[in-house]
Amino acid sequence: MGTVIVDGIEVAIGDDEHLNGIEVARRAGIEIPHYCWHAGLSVVASCRMCLVESGTRNPDTGEITVVPKLVPACQTPAKDNTVFVTNSDRVKHSRAFVEEALLMDHPIDCPICDKAGECHLQDYFFEHGQAQRRADIRPFTSKKRDVGPTVTLFADRCVMCTRCVRFTREITGTSELMVIDRGSHDEIDVFPGHPLDNRMSGNVVDLCPVGALGDKDFLYEQRVWFMEKHDGVCTGCSTGCSISVEENQDTVYRLKPRENPRINQWWMCDEGRYGYHHVHSTKRLVGAVRRDASGATAIEWEQVFSELPARLQGAGPLAAVISPHLTVEEAYLLATYIRQIDPAARLVVGPVPVEGTDETFPNGFTIRAEKCPNRRGVEEIVKHFGCESEVYEAVQSDVAAGLIGGVWVSGGYKTDTFDAAAAQALSSGKLLVVQDLFASPVTEVADYQLPGPAFPEREGSYVNCADRLQSVPWAIRSPAGVRTDGSVLWRLLGRAGLYRSRTVLDEIAATIPYFALAAGPVSPQGVALSETTPATTTT
Amino acid sequence: MARFEPVLLANIDRENSHRLSVYESTGGYQALRRVLAEMDPVAFTELVKSSNLRGRGGAGFPTGLKWTFLPKGHPGPIYMCINADESEPGTFNNRVLMEEDPHQVIEGIILSSFATRATTAYIYLRYEYPLSYERLQGAIDEAYAAGYLGKNIQGSDFSLDIYLHRGAAAYICGEETGLIESLEGKRAWPRIKPPFPAVEGVFRKPTVVNNIETVCCVKQIAQRGVDWFKSIGVPADPKNSRDPGSYGPKLYCLSGHVERPGCYEAPLGITCRQLIDEYGGGVWKGRRAKAAIPGGISMGLLTEAELDTPLDFAGPGKVGCLGLGTAAVVVMDETVSMVDFLYNSCRFFAHESCGQCTPCREGTEWSVRMLARIKAGKGRLRDLDLLLEIGDTIGIIPGTTICGLADGAAWPIKNAIRKFRDEFEDYIKRTNPTGYLVTDPVPALQVVSLH
Repeated sequence: MGTVIVDGIEVAIGDDEHLNGIEVARRAGIEIPHYCWHAGLSVVASCRMCLVESGTRNPDTGEITVVPKLVPACQTPAKDNTVFVTNSDRVKHSRAFVEEALLMDHPIDCPICDKAGECHLQDYFFEHGQAQRRADIRPFTSKKRDVGPTVTLFADRCVMCTRCVRFTREITGTSELMVIDRGSHDEIDVFPGHPLDNRMSGNVVDLCPVGALGDKDFLYEQRVWFMEKHDGVCTGCSTGCSISVEENQDTVYRLKPRENPRINQWWMCDEGRYGYHHVHSTKRLVGAVRRDASGATAIEWEQVFSELPARLQGAGPLAAVISPHLTVEEAYLLATYIRQIDPAARLVVGPVPVEGTDETFPNGFTIRAEKCPNRRGVEEIVKHFGCESEVYEAVQSDVAAGLIGGVWVSGGYKTDTFDAAAAQALSSGKLLVVQDLFASPVTEVADYQLPGPAFPEREGSYVNCADRLQSVPWAIRSPAGVRTDGSVLWRLLGRAGLYRSRTVLDEIAATIPYFALAAGPVSPQGVALSETTPATTTT
Repeated sequence: MARFEPVLLANIDRENSHRLSVYESTGGYQALRRVLAEMDPVAFTELVKSSNLRGRGGAGFPTGLKWTFLPKGHPGPIYMCINADESEPGTFNNRVLMEEDPHQVIEGIILSSFATRATTAYIYLRYEYPLSYERLQGAIDEAYAAGYLGKNIQGSDFSLDIYLHRGAAAYICGEETGLIESLEGKRAWPRIKPPFPAVEGVFRKPTVVNNIETVCCVKQIAQRGVDWFKSIGVPADPKNSRDPGSYGPKLYCLSGHVERPGCYEAPLGITCRQLIDEYGGGVWKGRRAKAAIPGGISMGLLTEAELDTPLDFAGPGKVGCLGLGTAAVVVMDETVSMVDFLYNSCRFFAHESCGQCTPCREGTEWSVRMLARIKAGKGRLRDLDLLLEIGDTIGIIPGTTICGLADGAAWPIKNAIRKFRDEFEDYIKRTNPTGYLVTDPVPALQVVSLH
């Protein structure tokens, strides 16, 4: 253990901790302003906003020796007896000058800038800036430059922190971005004909501390202060990145990576980032439908709850196709419900979409080929009910062969997963219940077509490919007419009160050893269910 | 004062002074042969250390001490980088050496590499010096052919290769770590220190960066000895432990408003006035000097009254300048406008700032814009205080930037305004008597200054 003194506050650091001045100050509750430093990137110490006084305390005499130079806190290691002074007049003067200098040529276009509300330049100005603007005011232009399919650059808003350049060099290894020109004419740019076009390009927008890099998908869509941010898990692939779902009045406007050193660090891929538009598709199923000899009829959910149990009981041997897009809790409830009706019911993991091969970037971040968030969790649920080796395809053929009478198919897929052949096979039994997001050949022949929720509408837990369980709340309400799988099954099981995933997870953790470590509170970084499983990435 | 007998420039007036045969005929490479035969790297390093040779590139750091910062017992490779990116305005002493006596340079590089156990030396040459390139490359080729470079130099177990690398045509390429970055093929953005080049330099290997004139001094020390070297210049100040003295000969570049501009060799400690009068033939056209730059514009300004300042490593600092720098003296006569001088100075640094650090990138640009406005007759008296504040902020708070360019940009501002404030005030009052801020018309819906 060591002790670092920040503005007179003693901060304990571990022997194996390598913290810089900014990080150790945070422990003392002190925020040192900075632009160029980012924990996930190399240190360049160029913005000079984090300059502080630094020195050493003599452990024997207690005497403090301060070096005459101001030092960048981002580049100064915090060791035992290191002293940082972050609030002296020299430091304040230095910060104020840097802030004033940055604003000299920066357009004050906060009313239209996408970053307003979360701009460091704006925030630091109020906290550290000069009371008066002394530089001559010049007409500002807003030079917009297309740097790639997902990102646009407003060059004159840039503060040359070079985080984006370093990201493409150090994280993706693609090096599309560079600095051109010199001095105050410095600009970020791409080489002609080589746009910023990699599978993680959207991260540079998150990294930009000002409004220089804009996300084309989000540009001018929403002011950040109108949105609410909810913890989420990306359901785009089995990495299961920790994300934030940002919405306003039940409309999702953007997804952002949520820092999680055990899974995705600070990043997410573009596929996941922009893979939410289906949530608000006009093609979503929004009402329950019963189909019989006279055709398809819209019915109320209450009718579903009143007549479906009897129909399932009368269908003979049952099977449930449990989608890997379901949460652990939903999968458990579905399995429990089907087994309640038919103790010998077949339970299988639904189709697991696979596209291409895993792609791993130089820093270890991996985009998985397996395009679902919870195969591991559903597998363990199914295994618990004694159906370890069952496969989805077998259910199809068994229904066609008359061995299974009723099937419950859960969905949640973004893409077409069930084809006409599946529909023909599954509909040959006595009863087919399909709960899904979009119409498909299977919903078209289902006896009961139940509209399902999209991922931001679900609450519950997902287990990623590395056996890490994350629990998230729902971010938006489902469209009218849609009920979540969890709430439907909760009701069908006849349980009292509202569906709460935490209640179900407690039950699962107490029942299934694989989930035992989820018994306590699940941290925002998730919980490793398998002690032997390494993290996807480490810091 | 008796004219000092040139040593560094002793050969330059000979015909074909750049050829190996001429150099050898004047005793060239004898010192190298003797050192290789009689000394080991440690002993030679100690010899240079004991001479108190201070680097001639501008900062004046003790050369032998710098060599000892290399990690002991490092398996190598260790690199020697020769800074020949001579970009400080007014400075051309290295150019004279490279063009007229390139073998002296090469002998100095070989000796310095021997001391540091470097097996590869790079000469990072200012792009705008085509003749230096031609002469140096010719000399390198001759040295290889004669066995002064390559494997087992002169039968010793020391081997060295020298590569001549043309620079990227930017002032910042001459900054120690900017040079290293540029040499590695990257944008010449100075590196944050630590690690220092002695620990992690070129290709992340231990590296020494020395100046052309410095290695020529090394050659002269090897040839003539420490006693000779220390007999020249200004001894250490016994009352000031931070003044280790300024020993040896120095090349002074004299330019501007003098009768005989040129590169002159004189002992360290010669005064600026002596240099102007005795070497430069006085201020041209019989005019009076108004000011002089003591060592490149980054060092600041001497007023006419300060021209008796000794041009050693300590002298200019005593009259409010940054230091001796490259000892490139630029003389300005009484007709020169200090407003023009400062505008040009600021314009240079704003143009050459690499743009990495905010205070330098924006501060240098801010100063040149203000001076442009003042020059255009739109100045205000309070602009002068703001200029001083910019100068202080980018140059006085140490550590404000990664490299020293911002410091260099600040000293002309501080010196010019503090030493010639009356002239600036007169200019502003004369050209903008109302004192109002006159700005160019700006389009509607723009932010307007409220003060």
